Amino acid sequence: MTFWTYRRRDNLVGYLFVAPALLGSLAFVLIPLGMVGWYSLNEWNVLGGTFEFIGIENYQQLLGDEKLRDSLVATAWFAAGLVVLNLSLALLLAVLLNQKLRGTTLFRTLFFSPVLVSLVAWTLVWQLMLQPEGSVNGLLGFFGIDGPNWLRGDTTAMVSVIVVQVIKNVGLNMVLFLAALQGVPAPLYEAAKIDGAGAWTRFRRITIPLISPTILLTSIITIVGSLQVFAQIAVLTQGGPGTSTTVLIYYLYQQAFQFHHFGYGATISVLLFVIVAALTLLQWQMRRKWVLHES
Amino acid sequence: MSRKVWLYGLLCLLCVPFVFPTWWMVTSSMKPISEIFSESLLPSEWTFSTYETVFRMQPFGQQYWNSLYIAVVVTIGTMAVAALAGYAFARIRFPGQNVLFVVVLTGLLIPSEVTIVPLFQMFQSLGLTNTHWPLIIVPIFGAPCVLAIFIMRQFFIALPPELEEAARMDGLGRAGIFYRIALPLSRPALGAVAIFTFLHSWNLYLEPIVYLSTPDMFTLPQALTQFVDIYGGPMWNVQLAAATMTAVPILIVFVLAQRQFIEGLAHTGVKG
Repeated sequence: MTFWTYRRRDNLVGYLFVAPALLGSLAFVLIPLGMVGWYSLNEWNVLGGTFEFIGIENYQQLLGDEKLRDSLVATAWFAAGLVVLNLSLALLLAVLLNQKLRGTTLFRTLFFSPVLVSLVAWTLVWQLMLQPEGSVNGLLGFFGIDGPNWLRGDTTAMVSVIVVQVIKNVGLNMVLFLAALQGVPAPLYEAAKIDGAGAWTRFRRITIPLISPTILLTSIITIVGSLQVFAQIAVLTQGGPGTSTTVLIYYLYQQAFQFHHFGYGATISVLLFVIVAALTLLQWQMRRKWVLHES
Repeated sequence: MSRKVWLYGLLCLLCVPFVFPTWWMVTSSMKPISEIFSESLLPSEWTFSTYETVFRMQPFGQQYWNSLYIAVVVTIGTMAVAALAGYAFARIRFPGQNVLFVVVLTGLLIPSEVTIVPLFQMFQSLGLTNTHWPLIIVPIFGAPCVLAIFIMRQFFIALPPELEEAARMDGLGRAGIFYRIALPLSRPALGAVAIFTFLHSWNLYLEPIVYLSTPDMFTLPQALTQFVDIYGGPMWNVQLAAATMTAVPILIVFVLAQRQFIEGLAHTGVKG
């Protein structure tokens, strides 16, 4: 076989290999995305059977929609709370597990186990625990604290949803951090110790910069993931009380599939897409600025 | 010494919110409903009737099978699509490669929730709502697959080229090199992809409730929320019996295979 026939065959094999992924992207990602754009320019009520071009009216409605504003606020709180709590807890757990201690494998298994519990199952048991007379308040009562009705107060409902989600998934980030910590060369710490750097300084000046690629990776995954949280909200609070936990995706579901406003639902989808895309691109930009050593 | 005691104490304390819910799920599922809010860690009298009730109220065996076979098919399909595409993008030079890679990667920017309305419309016009098709082919070929492709590509890029050169000298074609050399070596990455994909499919909730409408087609996450009394109030212990049955088998598999499991994930995370 000559070099050129090999090359030509290689091209063919290349196209064949990427064909399923490429056709799939077209059919299930890009074309639907275009359709979302088109639907968002139409008034489309499924029950009424109306489909009518209205230009940017949906977007004007979007601007004046107070429930949407509430939902953006809720989404921002949720994402911020989730990322901060998730990353700091994951890092704390990873640092603890990285100590030379017997039995850390057991603890690692335990911290990781909620990741594998089916999401709705996890949410249901927390729903029971967060009832006014549930075990969370039982535990608080043990310390003489009169616990609130967690899922029925504006702030406590949001806190509950965040905490339930963090404990469910923090194990993933913990494992990523643990691998990153184990990749930090020990001589660096030794040298810093000799220079008289305390534990906190070593952590801030050596550990944090060296694991910054992992911090970035986990923060991207966690933020984008936080915008997709649906089951927990649907089961725990149904977006309530009021609209306090109606995150964007839940609002999208309500508009499209409960109120059957497909056109307006599509408009919210466009907004969700813009937010996710902007956040992802922003984080890739930041990667250049503050992430040390990129391979 | 005292530092060790302090560390163990902290670890044990931190463990509570991670372990207690699973414990509570299993034990509460065997409590009579009158005890569901009692603070005791174990039921005073063990009842398994809740487990029978689960199967009486819903076609739970069928739903279990639905979830299981969908997750398995999606996992195998995703592994195949992602390995092929990941390999081609990493190792084969062909015209237009970079553009095509960017086209595929845009899927990372578009959560599948964004396209749920047109996809629903599409499957409805094909008469495929209330079937499992949307839950199978969208994850295999659509947005959820993109991350898998990315992981596989990163893995194949790091593979030493000498291995392939040698095989080529021996007269192996591209497909042969992929199948005989690259694919067997990619086991750790494939393992991580398999775990991610299986869990993603197993946990899917929005898509099933949008596409499926009859109980015998439901998947587990959707079925779990259906155990309510005639007033719509949750039947806690029955719900938790069903939840236990969905959670415990996976947890057992995990405990048995946890080393490969966690290390496979960590490995991919650092590289990816």
